[in-house]
Amino acid sequence: MPTSLTPGIAPGRLPADQVAANFADLQPPLDGHEAAVAADRCYFCHDAPCVTACPTSIDIPMFIRQIATGTPEAAAKTILEQNILGGMCARVCPTEDLCEQACVRETAEGKPVEIGRLQRFATDTIMAKQGHPFTRAAPTGKRIAVVGAGPAGLSCAHRLAMLGHDVTIYEGRAKPGGLNEFGIAAYKSTNDFAAREVDWLLGIGGIRIEVGQTLGREISVEGLKADHDAVFLAIGLGGVNALSAVGEDIQGVADAVDFIGVLRQADDLTELPVGRNVVVIGGGMTAVDAAVQSKLLGADSVTIAYRRGQDQMSASRYEQILAQSKGVRILTNVQPVSIHGADAVSEIVFEQTATVDGKLTGTGEQITLPADQIFKAIGQTFIGDVPVAVEHGKIAVTGPGRTSVAGVWAGGDCASGGDDLTVTAVAEGRDAALDIHATLMGGN
Amino acid sequence: MADLTTTFLGITSPNPFWLASAPPTDKEYNVRRAFEAGWGGVVWKTLGSEGPPIVNVNGPRYGVVYGADRRVLGINNIELITDRDLYTNLEEITRVKKDYPDRAMIVSLMVPCEEEAWKAILPLVEETGADGIELNFGCPHGMAERGMGSAVGQVPEYITMVTAWCKQYYSKPVIVKLTPNITDIRNPARAAFKGNADAVSLINTINSITSVNLDAMSPEPMIDGKGTHGGYCGPAVKPIAMNMVAEIARDPETRGKPISGIGGVTTWRDAAEFMALGAGNVQVCTAAMTYGFRIVQEMISGLSDWMDQKGYQRTSDFIGKAVPNVTDWQYLNLNYVAKAKIDQDACIKCGRCYAACEDTSHQAISMSADRVFTVMDDECVACNLCVDVCPVQDCITMVPMQPGQVDPRTGKVVQKEYANWTTHPNNPGAVAAE
Ligand SMILES: Cc1cc2nc3c(=O)[nH]c(=O)nc-3n(C[C@H](O)[C@H](O)[C@H](O)COP(=O)(O)OP(=O)(O)OC[C@H]3O[C@@H](n4cnc5c(N)ncnc54)[C@H](O)[C@@H]3O)c2cc1C
Ligand SMILES: Cc1cc2nc3c(=O)[nH]c(=O)nc-3n(C[C@H](O)[C@H](O)[C@H](O)COP(=O)(O)O)c2cc1C
Ligand code: SF4
Ligand code: SF4
Ligand code: SF4
Repeated sequence: MPTSLTPGIAPGRLPADQVAANFADLQPPLDGHEAAVAADRCYFCHDAPCVTACPTSIDIPMFIRQIATGTPEAAAKTILEQNILGGMCARVCPTEDLCEQACVRETAEGKPVEIGRLQRFATDTIMAKQGHPFTRAAPTGKRIAVVGAGPAGLSCAHRLAMLGHDVTIYEGRAKPGGLNEFGIAAYKSTNDFAAREVDWLLGIGGIRIEVGQTLGREISVEGLKADHDAVFLAIGLGGVNALSAVGEDIQGVADAVDFIGVLRQADDLTELPVGRNVVVIGGGMTAVDAAVQSKLLGADSVTIAYRRGQDQMSASRYEQILAQSKGVRILTNVQPVSIHGADAVSEIVFEQTATVDGKLTGTGEQITLPADQIFKAIGQTFIGDVPVAVEHGKIAVTGPGRTSVAGVWAGGDCASGGDDLTVTAVAEGRDAALDIHATLMGGN
Repeated sequence: MADLTTTFLGITSPNPFWLASAPPTDKEYNVRRAFEAGWGGVVWKTLGSEGPPIVNVNGPRYGVVYGADRRVLGINNIELITDRDLYTNLEEITRVKKDYPDRAMIVSLMVPCEEEAWKAILPLVEETGADGIELNFGCPHGMAERGMGSAVGQVPEYITMVTAWCKQYYSKPVIVKLTPNITDIRNPARAAFKGNADAVSLINTINSITSVNLDAMSPEPMIDGKGTHGGYCGPAVKPIAMNMVAEIARDPETRGKPISGIGGVTTWRDAAEFMALGAGNVQVCTAAMTYGFRIVQEMISGLSDWMDQKGYQRTSDFIGKAVPNVTDWQYLNLNYVAKAKIDQDACIKCGRCYAACEDTSHQAISMSADRVFTVMDDECVACNLCVDVCPVQDCITMVPMQPGQVDPRTGKVVQKEYANWTTHPNNPGAVAAE
């Protein structure tokens, strides 16, 4: 039986019940009583700051009032009208940086209204019912192609279907959901929620998903344009930044997103191998997720190595504290220099850094960490050969997702502007859908 | 530490907190525990005539109104008077009074409106050694249909008549408990004193339906698919009760007469407010039913701390102190001008003041793009709504303008002199100022 101390990369470091407990809901759902207590705290603010802070502009005071008055399904409709993936967003939004940060009770008491958990309470209630809460408008006869079945693509497709258009989603992978399915940390989306949410969303009707259709292979923008009235590109960020460290291709060095993708699809997490000493390079949400999940699988020591100070990590303060509370060490102001190992990696050498005149420079001082598994989480990049203008490595868009080519829209992580978050992708997909609709139906 | 000893109608109790006639005072077991917890006195649950006792419903007898977080704001009940045998009650009263000679023991009574009925029960009560009686002319449900309770309390002549019988056949103080289910509380109060009552106590419960079951389409509490009006009490009724107490305290015909204040007393502060309005002591029911007997300790410590802060040595130092400041609208000073002022450091930018003033008041609060809320003195009429809805205490205050300053709303100079409606030029019935 392997343990946390077994050298190398090994599966089954923890007993099954321990792994199951580790990967249970990070934030357990509120029960009815807890939701009533939490909802009571909302002040029903005027022009509420939490709404402004929500990328999808959910009418938060209204939905909380609907929960408080005993109508969680009405609350769910208020949420879903603005954000059809309100269920997933309730689980994965960094609320501490968004709505809850803006909540006036954060200002008043340092304890915001629990908007995210209340949102989950409402959306869970409606999704537990049979059927779909929205209906389609009369058919328009328009056909629209959406490329990519992540949050941006699904949100756009749903809104278009609701408006009466027929939508086909072309998805490169074998399964829809995008990073909801392959990226988000497992303890945020338990019980196969991502897949259940996609099924529920498709309940609107009028959306067909074709999997195994990769843009640039089976399909092309030109081809889609020829067969459809509009095209929406929502292909996310397919590439991963490379390290500039010697030894990057030694066995045991992997992309954090790939590791997470495998983890999310694993039927049995005790069969998923993980290192004894894991080092994650990066400072964002992906780094935190890879590190925390390695620890939860039973790695003995897990270190996040970030090249600047902790306050500059793009992972939120909440995520950093989460990582530390799970036993992950955050090492800051270090950059990788070289990775060593004969058949497989055994250690990694970092150089201490300092910011001099606003520029990050190495100080020459070195630290060596033992490592039998190294994850790269230094950012994803847009890869895609698309016949539309690209700026700063993403598809250039103006307004509600218009690309440089008429009839082609884009949104989500692959498009310029906005943070790379699920909720932002949903907002951009929805807004593009409304613009596509307005354009196709006469523009007025 | 201030001395909370309070003497009411010559009855001395260690503090002014009595339990009102209701379930908390229904039997020896309760009352002994209440005294051990520290209550200054009790009014025993209302007794009826000799013979088979009344019966209560066997379904739910209480309804409720909640505030945030299921805090009880009001309870309504359809309970009747005691459903235990008269002699059992009398024996218990005798025993408990003997063991607690320093506590006030008042016996609440409700018998038919016939002289014989009162003549029969009063000597029995006299024998218990209790300190006085309270006449329950207030119960609004069940008993009223039988010509008792509020059916008596709503007819001043009956009040005078029954009170007079009691004064005739009973030697100790007689308190008349008034029903609020009338149009002008001063009439029953005057009637009680006309019959030589020693005091009035008020209020009993208010006729009410607290909720409707929307599935069964029945009022609640619901008994086998039907409901009836019940008596409302608890924090929600306190404002109504306090006005009634003040009306009696400042009525020229009853001014200075002893009043026992009842209705929504939940904390020491509620008690102090009732007493400032002229109540010689207070009676508590719902608060004890909600939280148990222990709350009296907070009432004791709170009242005595406050009295120490204010330099009051005994309760008589502040009883009735607010009565001279209760006046009629027409005598309020129309030359007093205030303006709302927002403390920007305390403000949490919720915008409730803005929504309230903009939608329903005087459009006197401006909102900037970065959510700074500012009162516009040239529009503010000092209505106080923003203060009421602001979730942060003391964040918005009403600042009086000084004489000589110009009110930017009216363009008029604020006058130092007092001037009220009776002399106002807009008043068709104005009288010349003297
Ligand atoms: C590890 C990790 C954790 C994260 N955690 C959070 C979190 O907790 N909270 C949060 O708000 N955000 C989180 N994010 C970010 C969030 O997942 C993304 O911002 C969001 O999924 C973007 O949605 P999207 O639809 O633009 O892209 P994606 O979700 O990436 O979806 C793109 C879809 O397009 C498909 N596709 C790609 N290329 C092609 C092609 N050429 N042809 C056809 N189909 C293609 C993909 O298979 C995929 O299904 C996380 C991201 C990662 C990587
Ligand atoms: C369940 C219940 C039963 C009551 N029974 C009586 C009673 O028998 N006699 C009486 O004079 N008042 C009775 N009352 C009225 C209370 O004594 C008191 O006047 C009223 O509840 C208001 O005070 P509170 O707000 O502190 O409860 C009863 C009240 C309740 C809640
Ligand atoms: S800011 Fe907070 S209190 Fe105000 S409406 Fe939003 S959730 Fe409610
Ligand atoms: S006191 Fe009334 S009028 Fe003045 S700002 Fe407040 S709400 Fe408006
Ligand atoms: S109600 Fe009070 S806290 Fe809210 S914005 Fe107005 S002044 Fe500020």
